[in-house]
Amino acid sequence: MWTWFYKLASPPYVYGVAAALMPWFLGLAVLTIGYGLIAGLGFAPPDYQQGDAFRIIYVHVPSAWMSEFIYTTMALAGGIALIWRIKVGHAVAAASAPIGASLTLLALVTGSMWGKPMWGTYWAWDPRLTSELILLFLYVGVMSLRSAFEDPARGDRAAALLAVVGAVNVPIIHYSVVWWNSLHQGATVAKLGKPSIAGSMLWPLLSMFVGFMLFYGAVLCLRLQGEVLNRERQSAWVREAIKS
Amino acid sequence: MSGGSFWYMGGYARYVWPCVGFACVVLAWNLWSARRHLAAAKVRAARALAMAASEAR
Repeated sequence: MWTWFYKLASPPYVYGVAAALMPWFLGLAVLTIGYGLIAGLGFAPPDYQQGDAFRIIYVHVPSAWMSEFIYTTMALAGGIALIWRIKVGHAVAAASAPIGASLTLLALVTGSMWGKPMWGTYWAWDPRLTSELILLFLYVGVMSLRSAFEDPARGDRAAALLAVVGAVNVPIIHYSVVWWNSLHQGATVAKLGKPSIAGSMLWPLLSMFVGFMLFYGAVLCLRLQGEVLNRERQSAWVREAIKS
Repeated sequence: MSGGSFWYMGGYARYVWPCVGFACVVLAWNLWSARRHLAAAKVRAARALAMAASEAR
C-alpha cells in the first residue's frame, strides 16, 4: 500500500495519470450533466409547492455539494502535504481552490435567485447562507495566502494550514439547518434510505451530482498538470512531457 | 412539457434560466481557465529548459 502511496506522490506519475484521465472525465461529465439538465428542466414534474422554481435545484444543489467536497479535498491534500511533506498534495490543493471558489459562488448566486421567489428576498443572514459565504471567503483567503509569499514553498505551507483550520466550517455548513432555526430547507436527498424527493426528480439530480464530480475531476486534472509543471520545471522528465 | 411552457417555467423563467445560464458560464470559465493555466505552465517550463540549456553551453 505504501509503495502505491509513494508512486501516487511522484510528480511525473501524477502528470501522466492526469493527462490520461482528463478526456474520460470530461466526456462522461458532458453526458451526465447533459442528461441531468434535459431530464431535470424538461421532464421532471413541477414541485407541488414551489412549481417550476424548484428546477433551480439541478444547478444549486450539485454546486453546493461540490463546494463542500472540494474544500474537504483541498484540506485533506494540504494536510497530507504538511504531514508527509508530499509536494503533490500542495499541487492538488492549489489546483482545487479556484474550482471550489467558483462553484461556491455558483451555489450562492443560484441560492439567492431561488430565495427571491420562495422567501421574498435574495439574501438573509441565515446560518446556511452565512456559513456558505464564509466558505467562499476561506477559498479566496487560501488562494491569496498562497500567492502572498515570494517563496512558493512557504506560501504552500501557509495556505495548507489555513485550509486545514478552515475545514471546521464544512460540518457547520452541513449541519447548520439542523443546529439552528433556518429559512433554508433541511436535508432532502441525504436522509439515509428515505429521501423526501420523488424518483423522477431525484435521478436527474443524482446525474447532475455525478456530472459535477466528473467535471471537477476533469478540471482538476488540467490544473494539476499545470501546477506540477510549475513546481517541477527544472526536472529532466518535464522536457519529455512538454515535447509530447 | 410543451415548447412554450418549457421556456415559461410556470412564471419562474426569470429565476430559472439565469441560474442555468450562470452555471454554464461558470463551468465554461473553469475549463477555459484550466486550459490557459496548463498552456502558460508549459510555456514557462519550456523557457526554463531553454535557459538551462543555454547556460550549460
